[in-house]
Order: sequence, then C-alpha cells, then structure tokens
Amino acid sequence: MSMPETTNAPDRPVINMGTAIRDGLLEAAQRDPSVIFFGEGVEDPAALFGTLKDIGKHIGHDRMIEMPIAENGLIGIAIGAAMAGKRPVVSLQRVEFALLALEQILNNAAKTHYVSNGRHKVPLVLRMIVGRGWGQGPEHSQSMEAIFAHVPGLKVIMPAFAEDAKGMIAAAVEDDNPVVVIEHRWSHYTTSPVAEGYVHRPLDGPRTVREGDGLTIVATSYMTLEAVRAADKLAEAGYPVEVLDLRVIRPLNLDPIVESVARTGRLLTVDTGFRMFGIGAEIASEVTLRCFDILEAAPIRLGLPDHPTPSSRGLVRGFYPDAARIARTAAEMMGLDEAKIAAIEEDILADRKGLPLDVPDPFFKGPF
Amino acid sequence: MADAGNDYRLRCLKQMLRIRLVEETIAERYAEQEMRCPVHLSIGQEASAVGVCDALLPDDRLFSSHRSHAHYLAKGGNLKAMMAEIYGKRDGCIGGRGGSMHLMDPDVGMMASIPIVASSIPLATGTALSDKFDNSGKVTISFLGDACLEEGVFHESANFARLRGLPIVYVCENNLYSVYTNLADRQPDRPLTDIPAAHGIAHRHVDGNDLEAVREAALWAVETARSGNPTFLQLDTYRWREHCGPNYDNHIGYRTEEEFQTWHAQDPLDRYRKALEGNGTLGAASFAALEQGIQAEVDDAFAFAVNSPLPEPTEALAHVYA
Repeated sequence: MSMPETTNAPDRPVINMGTAIRDGLLEAAQRDPSVIFFGEGVEDPAALFGTLKDIGKHIGHDRMIEMPIAENGLIGIAIGAAMAGKRPVVSLQRVEFALLALEQILNNAAKTHYVSNGRHKVPLVLRMIVGRGWGQGPEHSQSMEAIFAHVPGLKVIMPAFAEDAKGMIAAAVEDDNPVVVIEHRWSHYTTSPVAEGYVHRPLDGPRTVREGDGLTIVATSYMTLEAVRAADKLAEAGYPVEVLDLRVIRPLNLDPIVESVARTGRLLTVDTGFRMFGIGAEIASEVTLRCFDILEAAPIRLGLPDHPTPSSRGLVRGFYPDAARIARTAAEMMGLDEAKIAAIEEDILADRKGLPLDVPDPFFKGPF
Repeated sequence: MADAGNDYRLRCLKQMLRIRLVEETIAERYAEQEMRCPVHLSIGQEASAVGVCDALLPDDRLFSSHRSHAHYLAKGGNLKAMMAEIYGKRDGCIGGRGGSMHLMDPDVGMMASIPIVASSIPLATGTALSDKFDNSGKVTISFLGDACLEEGVFHESANFARLRGLPIVYVCENNLYSVYTNLADRQPDRPLTDIPAAHGIAHRHVDGNDLEAVREAALWAVETARSGNPTFLQLDTYRWREHCGPNYDNHIGYRTEEEFQTWHAQDPLDRYRKALEGNGTLGAASFAALEQGIQAEVDDAFAFAVNSPLPEPTEALAHVYA
C-alpha cells in the first residue's frame, strides 16, 4: 500500500495526527456506549494534547472518568471494568506513567483472557505518549515499546500517519484484547488528508510507504518520517529504497518484511526506543533466520544509544537517529561511494536550515 | 451456596464442613504428588468465606487471592472443576492454565483469583465501577489479606471506590501472618480499620471465626455497598497450616505452638457445630451423616480430577488473544 495522496479533497481535510486520534476515539465511542475514558485531567483544558478534546460534550461527561493520580490502581480498575463488559480507553500523559502500572498491565491485562481459558476478555486501550525535545530528559521521553511487546497477550501499536492513526485507534477500541498505543508527541503534529466519519484500519502489520529495491528500512512511529525523508533523498540520487512503517509491534507480522528483504537483500531497522534489546533486534534476528542465504549485507539496527536521554540540547546532539544518519547508513549498506553519501547527507542537512535539534522539523508536519 | 433447605444455619454449617473436608483431603493426598501446583489452604478460616458469601445474591461478584479454595467453593464454584484444575487436568475450571492460585468460575460470579498480593483489588473495584454504570444492582466482594493494607494499590482502589460511591465490600481476612512474618513486624500498632476510615469507608471489625458475627456484618456491608457506599470488614482469623503446602509448621520457629493452640480452640467449624447442636438446630447424629455425605461428594470430585486427561501441549497456544 502506498502513502495516502497529499492532495486535499472535500471529504478528506488535512488535519494533524493528534486531531485524527481524537476524531477516531470519538467515532468509536459514539458507535459503542460501553466505551469509557480514563485519564488524569481527562476533561481538563489541555485535553491530553487535544486528543480528548470535547469528547465528553458529545458522549456525556459521565463516560469521562477522572483518574486520581494512581496509575496502577486505576489501570487495574479499567481492567476490571473491561472484564465486566466495558471498553475503557486509558490515556497517559507520558509512557513513563505506565511504569507505575506494570503489575496490572503485564499480569492482569495481558494474561486474564489466557488464564481464564478464554472465559474473560479484556478489551482495553492504553494510550501513552512519547515525549521529545525541549529538554524533556530521561523520564519524559522513553518509548518503551520493547517492554510491552515482550509480553504475550498484549497488542502494541505505534501509528505514524494521521489517517492511519484515526483508523488504528478505532480498531484498537473495537479489539477484544488489551492494546497498548504508543503515540510519539512529534507525530501528533504531522498532517495528512484524513477521511471524515468512521475510519477503520486493521491492526494487521506493516505498510509499505516508499517502494524501492536497494534496501528495506523498517521503522516505527516518528522514525518512519525520518526514514521517508532519507528514502526520498536516496531516490532523488537514483537509489530508491523501500520503507515499511511497522505500525503493529505485537502481534508481529514479519511476512511483508521478509517479502521485501527477499527482493532487496538488505535490512535496516530504525527504532524510537533504545537500540539494545529493542524491536529492531527482534526483527533483524527473525529476518536473518528466514533470509540468511539471500542477505547481501548484515542487517543494521538504528535506535537510541546505550544511555538515558539527557535534557540539555548540548548532550542530546546525535542522540536520535535522523534522516541524514539513516541515509548514510543505508547508502553505506548499498555500497555507495563516500562522495555520493556525503552529498545526500549535506542535502538533507541543508533542508533543515540550522533549525535547533530540540524542536520538530517543519518538514515532518506534512501533509503526508 | 450449598443446598441445605431454607435454614441458613444448616446451609452455612454444611458449606464450612464441605470446604474443610475438601482441603483436608487435599492435605492428605498432596504427598501423592499428583496435585503438582502450590496450594494455600484455608483450613481454620472457613467462617469468613462462608459467612460473607451467604450474604450475597447469586449474581454478585467475588475476587480472591492465592488462598482461594474457600472463596471459590463458598461462592458456588464447581467442585469437580476445582479439583481437576488443581490436578492440572483438561476439565479444570480453566483447563489447567492457572492451578490452585487462579481458581475462577465466572458463571457463578467467582470472577478471578490473582496470586500477586493485592493485585485483584483494583479488578474488583473495576467490576463495581462497571456495575454502577449499568445500574445492575450487583455487589463485588474483594477478599484481601492483612498484608494487602501495606500495598499501595489497596489505597488507590479504596480512594476511588469512596470517591465514586462504588458497590464494593473489601473483606480483610486478618490471619496475622504474611508467610512467616507477623503483622506486628509489618504495620504499626494501630487498628487496621483506621485505614478504611482514613478513606472515608464505613467498616466493621468482628471475630472472623464466628460464623454468625461474620454473616451479620456481611449482610450490613453488602446491603450498604449495594446502595452505593463501599464498606470494609475486618475478620480476624488464623491459618492452621503452613503458608503454602499441606503441613503444620509450628515447629520451625516463626510462631508458637501455644499461639496455634489458642486459635485452634476457636475452630470456626467446631464452634458453629456446637452452637447448632446446643440450640437444637442440629442433632448429634446428623453431623456425622452430613460429614459422610459430603466426603462422598469430595471423593467423587477427586476421582473425577484423577480420571480427567492432561491437556496437550498444543492447547497451550490457545487464547493468547481473543
């Protein structure tokens, strides 16, 4: 599947991903009265970065449950309500707040359907936001998808594009399983034409967002946007590469990745999380197992380095993989000569026009 | 609830006796090494399970912990399915996926047992929230031990239950020990009921080995909760056998034989039997007949469990996702 068209259409206004998620949640809640919302400040003026804006006005304030500052208890309460037939959507301001609730998430949300031999279901959505930039530092910027993806019984999704996010969030609400939705704060700003009304996108696996035969890039969340930019510059230089937006971390659908690598012979993964023990490691391992004799280069993983995320914009230089590094790594894997690689890299950096690295690049706002 | 006619007293006596005989039989046969999972016996604590559950309606809900046998049976859970579960067999209440520590029978409101201390408390609070939304009239019972009052998630749940006026009863079975550690080494010297009081939750504290006292307090707690005011019961009791396993362990040094004997003399089953014999509700011969009939049912359930097949490894893949 290719990227959505960037042209505006009367029934597909260009909106950002945060608004698209809000619209998808509202559509899902209007279709099913068992959908209830939990959040710390669930109806406050900020409305969780706008992603819950005015939902209570449309579906009734009684369905908007203000969470006391007690994540383990309230996520456990949401799980219990799900066991009794509700479809709770819990929204957390940052991923790190979910760490207070790992006992309930990893034990009860993930395992209740299994342990009950199928007698209970836990239709629960756990939204959590990855922060980045403006000095957010070590405990406001982790994405942690590897922790949740490690546990059977959880689904883990990371939308990157607005319309897809709208459809995926509706699918998550309708899913009979606990679905962890990891939303990158910088992805919230990105725009694309989004169909009005109800949109449903199955939680079925990766989507191809750029086509090419030189190499396969598998990226998650915001890193998909960096990968797309790298791919576009590589294509301009005559070296088209494939970019797969992973979308669904668990259950992991490897088939489209293997199919792509079977054509390209090369795999590069780009995570929003730490590189060590990350999603890229799992993909590289499985793809190597299934494609060993056709690989033309060792798979490479990009991700965050092996230290916590510092606050200072001095310390954070080079911390995040970006389009320039993705392009360089991909080009090296394809055996391009250094002059060509440097030219592509410089082209990408020039587009940034010296913008500080702790704010989102306007390029990434789209529309995509 | 056991069928013993309309007299709750005989019904409760029979249910306590049934739980006792099931667990004594588990203890007796555990050495055969066919029940290959940890077992946490409630022997000596039967009055709390039975007295509380007798105050419930069939559709009311219950959540338990690792020590779940008495709660499961008192709520009406299927005995054969329980024994097959403990034997790890396919006919177990959850097909051998959980064993003794995860007993459940949702058809009778026995929602789940969760073996991580306090972990089922928010789940119970959550079903109460859902039932309040639906105006279903159901009450949820959250059985918890004294150590749960040390867990943050109890406070988080109690705060929310009071804030929202949820139909839930927190039933604290205080048996004085968390594994080998006495309550006095874990909590300051203050009434346990100070904790629900601090959350604004109405509470009662009664002798947990006195069936009548438990049942009366439970009737109050359940009806108060049904009207949208969460309640808390402290039921003092004592586990006779080791924390986990079939044996007595008074000799290993964490508690005294004297303490055990003091509590043993407060045997809830024996006390209630004597009370009912004393007031003429129960004839001397009828207890033996009751015992004989129930033991036959228990033996049947064990035979069912022994004869049920082990599940196949391929079955372990089912139900990861709904």
